[in-house]
Amino acid sequence: MRDHFAVKYLRVELLPTSFCPGCGNGTVMNAFLKALEELGYENLKEFVFVSGIGCSSWIPNPYFKADSIHTLHGRAIPVALGLKLARPELNVVVIAGDGDLASIGLEHLIHAARRNADLLVLMVNNMIYGMTGGQQAPTTPIGFETSTTPYGNIEKPFDTCAVVAAAGANYSARWTIAHFHRLKESIKKAMGKRGFRFIEVVSPCTSHIVRKLKLPVSTYIRQLREKSILINTGGRGEITIGEYADRDEEGFVSRVYEYINRVRGC
Amino acid sequence: MRMLISGNIACAEGALRAGCRFYAGYPITPSSEIMEYMAMELPKHGGIFFQAEDEIAAINAIIGASWGGLKSMTATSGPGFSLMQEGLGYAVMTETPLVVIDVMRVGPATGQATKSAQGDLMQARWGRHGDQQVVILAPSSPQECLDLTVKAFNISEELRVPVIVLSDEIIGHMRETVEIPEHFNIVNRKITEDLSKPPFHSDNPMEAPPMPLIGKGLNIMVTGSTHNEWGLRDTREFKTHFKLVKRLVEKIKLNAKRVFEYEEYNIENSTIGFVSFGSVARSVKGAVKILREKGVEASYINLKTLWPIIDNPIVKMAERVKAIIVPEMNMGQLVLDVERIAQNKCLVVSLNKVGGGEPIYPSEIASKALEVIG
Repeated sequence: MRDHFAVKYLRVELLPTSFCPGCGNGTVMNAFLKALEELGYENLKEFVFVSGIGCSSWIPNPYFKADSIHTLHGRAIPVALGLKLARPELNVVVIAGDGDLASIGLEHLIHAARRNADLLVLMVNNMIYGMTGGQQAPTTPIGFETSTTPYGNIEKPFDTCAVVAAAGANYSARWTIAHFHRLKESIKKAMGKRGFRFIEVVSPCTSHIVRKLKLPVSTYIRQLREKSILINTGGRGEITIGEYADRDEEGFVSRVYEYINRVRGC
Repeated sequence: MRMLISGNIACAEGALRAGCRFYAGYPITPSSEIMEYMAMELPKHGGIFFQAEDEIAAINAIIGASWGGLKSMTATSGPGFSLMQEGLGYAVMTETPLVVIDVMRVGPATGQATKSAQGDLMQARWGRHGDQQVVILAPSSPQECLDLTVKAFNISEELRVPVIVLSDEIIGHMRETVEIPEHFNIVNRKITEDLSKPPFHSDNPMEAPPMPLIGKGLNIMVTGSTHNEWGLRDTREFKTHFKLVKRLVEKIKLNAKRVFEYEEYNIENSTIGFVSFGSVARSVKGAVKILREKGVEASYINLKTLWPIIDNPIVKMAERVKAIIVPEMNMGQLVLDVERIAQNKCLVVSLNKVGGGEPIYPSEIASKALEVIG
């Protein structure tokens, strides 16, 4: 393990992580850190990670060897935006789950996208509330049995990437953990962009979904790939992957500073 | 410099002079003038004004900005203040300096949005879940809005705790001459880049640890979960949690003497006393005059700090008078403290009136006093 590329980015003394065996969080970490390595970052000093409440919010806090703020449930984006406005030179990255960002924190997500706030947001979508025991989330597919939909989910799930794209974000994309290379390249691309960048990663919850389906995790991950259809092929599969938005408009934070300079006459 | 300004504008002026450089807020009557004034003035000072999508976003944005190193604040009123409570608890737990101004209006719920009240006292003190204490200051004039907002920032930065300025609609919209001094005593946050010492621990229980800022490469972990002195989450151990909350609570209690501020008028042979705060304290002064004209001597205490409270002035008053009257624009909140402190040494009488923007008039307070002393 000592030779693993990611050691330089991690608090190795806290490993192994407390994630369940087979959880997708490890792959998300791997893809994110691999992207940073390929971009040439020796450490995470330029970055600040802000997370919410939920399993994936534990990825940066405590495992990343970086500054991290582990906020209230749903509130990672406003904390991150306050920090970014105060310290525009920092690279502020939000990592949180679907319950956190697409349910309790959805308002902040949409408004951050509308403002094109200069943040990179990684949403790990396991389609369920994992930490609290497998309750239905706004991303749970119709028919899924969860602990609060014991007879099958009757609600339509959110297409969070479409919402974010419609609200005005510069970048919005979805991948699954079965698309490691595409995910990593997408993170690299998003890193190089300004404005609001949103990447959703569909990921297995082994404790509450895969177990109920009585499938090996490997089979579930293979199914994620098989069920995925690229957005620009015109088709719509159970999981639409690809880029929903790819624009290059000025971000909120630089507009705020231009405004201040205009008021001050400089 | 002297200015004829409202209490709300005085709060905003105080904030600017205390060094506030980040404001996030959401419009709400009767506090919006603070937000509008900050929108006008902050950019001139190079500060950042951010209109959030709701009060939850506002309180969380100032938490982020505060960790970024800026003195930060928001202002709101009852319903918005309720929405901010979870964020305030997070600020207590993470020792984040920030100031919240609550210009009280009639509640519960939407109540009477444009009318003055004092119903948020207990919300200000206990609105968060779990064990926590914050500092609460209460101005009773535009001048005190300025002075106490400066003080709020100073305490907040020094003790790394959220400080609430509990104003009310009458004070917020009242215009009076405010003396703005050339120089203020400004306390700036102690920051550290030395992480050989744990960032969430202080050997001196009266002091907050110096704050390690985000974005300096210090690998700081900030969390609202129970954490050890290095900021590492520990959601299991009794010892870690108890040590943390004990320190956070004691930090406020042990500084009570320095934080507590009040105004008193003591008459040795008075038979009646008043304890009040905010706009009602002004009516109490009028009532004392009316009573004197009728040959009744009365004392009063005007609390400018609502938490932490030093008991002694109220104890002394309770030992001297026949009865203490607590007039409040609510159904009885401050009276609970006065009853606790007076410990049956004298009669404690509640005088409650709220709604429609009706102040408690001096004549009503005087009548109540005459009725009580018979």
